[in-house]
Amino acid sequence: QRKESLRSVSVDLNHDASLLIDIPDALCERDKVKFTVHTKTTLSSFQKPDFSVPRQHEDFIWLHDTLVETEDYAGLIIPPAPPKPDFDSPREKMHKLGEGEATMTKEEYTKMKQELEAEYLAVFKKTVQVHEIFLQRLSSHPVLSKDRNFQIFLEYDQDLSVRRKNAKEMFGGFFKNMVKSADEVLISGVKEVDDFFEQEKTFLLDYYSKIKDSTAKAEKMTRAHKNIADDYIHISATLNSLAADDMTANKKNLEKLSDLFEKFRKVEGRVASDQDLKLTELLRYYMRDIQAAKDLLYRRARALADYENSNKALDKARLKSKDIPQAEEHQRQCLQKFDKLSESGKKELTSFKGRRVVAFRKNFIEMAELEIKHAKNSVTLLQGCIELLKSN
Amino acid sequence: MSLCTELVLDITYHQVKAPLFLVAQDLTLFCICVNVQSQPASLAAEDISTNSNGPKQDSLFDDDPEDLFAEATEEVSLDSPERDVLLSDGPSPAITPITPPTSVITPRIGHTHDDMFTHSSFDEIEEEEGGDSFDIHISVSDPEKVGEYMTSMSLFKRSEFAVKRRFSDFLGLHSKLASKYLHIGYIVPPAPEKSIVGMTKVKVGKEDQSSNEFVEKRRSALERYLMRTVKHPILLKDPDVLQFLESSELPRAVSTQALSSAGLLRMVNKAADAVNKMTIKMNESDAWFEEKQQHFENLDVQLRKLHTSVESLVCHRKELSVNTAQFAKSAAMLGNSEDHTALSRALSQLAEVEEKIDQLHQDQANADFYLFSELLGDYVRLLTAVKGVFDHRMKTWQKWQDSQMLLQKKREAEAKLQFTNKPDKLQQAKDEIKELEGKVQQGERDFEQISKTIRKEVSRFEKERVKDFKTIIIKYLESLVQTQQQLIKYWEAFLPEAKAIS
Repeated sequence: QRKESLRSVSVDLNHDASLLIDIPDALCERDKVKFTVHTKTTLSSFQKPDFSVPRQHEDFIWLHDTLVETEDYAGLIIPPAPPKPDFDSPREKMHKLGEGEATMTKEEYTKMKQELEAEYLAVFKKTVQVHEIFLQRLSSHPVLSKDRNFQIFLEYDQDLSVRRKNAKEMFGGFFKNMVKSADEVLISGVKEVDDFFEQEKTFLLDYYSKIKDSTAKAEKMTRAHKNIADDYIHISATLNSLAADDMTANKKNLEKLSDLFEKFRKVEGRVASDQDLKLTELLRYYMRDIQAAKDLLYRRARALADYENSNKALDKARLKSKDIPQAEEHQRQCLQKFDKLSESGKKELTSFKGRRVVAFRKNFIEMAELEIKHAKNSVTLLQGCIELLKSN
Repeated sequence: MSLCTELVLDITYHQVKAPLFLVAQDLTLFCICVNVQSQPASLAAEDISTNSNGPKQDSLFDDDPEDLFAEATEEVSLDSPERDVLLSDGPSPAITPITPPTSVITPRIGHTHDDMFTHSSFDEIEEEEGGDSFDIHISVSDPEKVGEYMTSMSLFKRSEFAVKRRFSDFLGLHSKLASKYLHIGYIVPPAPEKSIVGMTKVKVGKEDQSSNEFVEKRRSALERYLMRTVKHPILLKDPDVLQFLESSELPRAVSTQALSSAGLLRMVNKAADAVNKMTIKMNESDAWFEEKQQHFENLDVQLRKLHTSVESLVCHRKELSVNTAQFAKSAAMLGNSEDHTALSRALSQLAEVEEKIDQLHQDQANADFYLFSELLGDYVRLLTAVKGVFDHRMKTWQKWQDSQMLLQKKREAEAKLQFTNKPDKLQQAKDEIKELEGKVQQGERDFEQISKTIRKEVSRFEKERVKDFKTIIIKYLESLVQTQQQLIKYWEAFLPEAKAIS
């Protein structure tokens, strides 16, 4: 159930039975996460119908980068690379907890430790999900699913690190660096002939900065919620100690109260993690997806610039009456490339918007439903306790 | 006729603004409105027991406040409680500094707070000025109607009246009560702490949120303090209390007496330390006292811990509120940027929901603080007073023992004198012995009395504490319920908006 809801960040994935991919398990060794990538396929291009391979995060990055650097895919939105697994936050908290162990009761310490382990697990699950979604976006794309390197990634049963190194030497990360530094300037600088792209450009640039901000703010909200849940743990534990020392009829009241806060904090914890998944993770994912869309715009802008340059070169050639056929051919190629990019880009951006709207809708609905569920749960818990206290 | 009265206190605040340099002026007044209704007295009352003991108790007050520290060590000077506080708290309060209140000043605070600023001689400003103006409405009524009607509180001259009081008046009241009752075993509720920093902001006329919060904190604290004081059956009948509640013009609290409860408590603590230094090895004939002391010790530790956790909760809740507000703004901007119409609308709706939720969190943070956190803070301070009375009992015992020892010595000396031919000295010795015998008897009586009083007080305190906690915790839980119910409303309103995205 949990896995299903996590996957809803992106929709319409993994429905095509000809190529089904999932990550059924993963191992965390020290800092490295080893994912088991499992493929089930009916396609003849693969050697076996059902197989698994171990992969590291760096392998995913290699795959993403080779796709980005493939000319043929310039007109596509390349699914964003999954972010590196980041266990810093729970690890730091675990360290702090260890330092503060002396100040709390054994029970309190155990509870806090459990909470941190749960957090660790949540980070782990999230990273598995995000790597899985990356692969599923590829497998459900009509063009990208046929990519040779994608197949190698899924099938090659040896260590990919050798291949990775070669690729890096070949490309040197040159293109990627170029993209990163130049894109804003180039996209905004180029004179746009097409209304659709003009609108998309304006929209995406603005939307990106806004969604980046919202992601950060949502994350802060979630963190504050988690802190409150942790406070309830301490409150519950101290109430328990008070109950233990109390020899009067009040003992029961204190026990009930302690129990309430223990249950209440679990609900608050779930509120925090659900908000994290449905809101923060949603925003974060689409922030990265919009970056990928911006990359597409950039590539198209480059193609347009190339075309404009080829026009200028052709004019020059005509003026000089020299190398006209080559210039004409070059210009024709540039135009063809640009048109192909524009056509494919339009399709991609339109379907991207559709995807985004559907995903937001699904997650907002689920978030609201969960908030209502948790709040109702809380009310029941609280009212139950109030009744018990009043009746005593 | 036994009386069951219910006092309901309601303190409101109004501030009188004054120019910056008129620091020394009295800017604050508390107004007490007492409403006494004629209703039948209830026969089955809780807090009646003390009535019959009233007159007998009064006789004790005629004595000078015993200087129990007569025998104590060098640290505490012994003439009067008030002077003690003066000496331990710094320079003479007669100074009325003219410098503007923006100088760095120490709040005269007790053990529960951190000292954030360096001490200076300007901490008397607060006393002189008093503080803010508060209206206190006290309504006194007998909750149960049984039989005939009669005037409920024969203690009050009128049935409805209003008075204005300064913050320093409250402190003055407390110091009087403490000096009269603490050393004979009554648990006198401590008055709220002073805070120079907060007070300064208010005086300067700063209308910002933090100074409003400070005023509300103080108002609420004074209400609880006065409530606890008048709930005490003995204290309610004290002439100082009645004068405080009733008289239209209260003699301006003389600086020497307008002292912080913290100062007094510090004095108590210091004396306690002095006592410990003397290592009073009291032969505890009554295990009850030892048990209770241990119990209060444990309770103190746990309550402090709980208080810290709740303070952390308040802090995090406020943080959540701020973060939610920021997210709401960000979501609104995202909604404006979104070019898909339905999604754009939904994002704007989400922003509105989160804005409302921010307000919810703010309100909840207030409930966290005013109900839960302040309750715990009050009881941590009350426990200091409780521990104080136990210490006073020990001192009383010590005094008695000392008298006994002295008597013994004098008897031995007298026996020796029997063999010498010094009739004058012998007579003197006999006289001294007679006096000492009286003292010993008094010492024993005092000890028995304080022991008896403490037993009653502790029982009353514990009952009150349990009732207090239960009432307030239930209120607090109800505030949590309200927040959750509002959340349900807001999200249920948003759900159709989310579904409308297409």
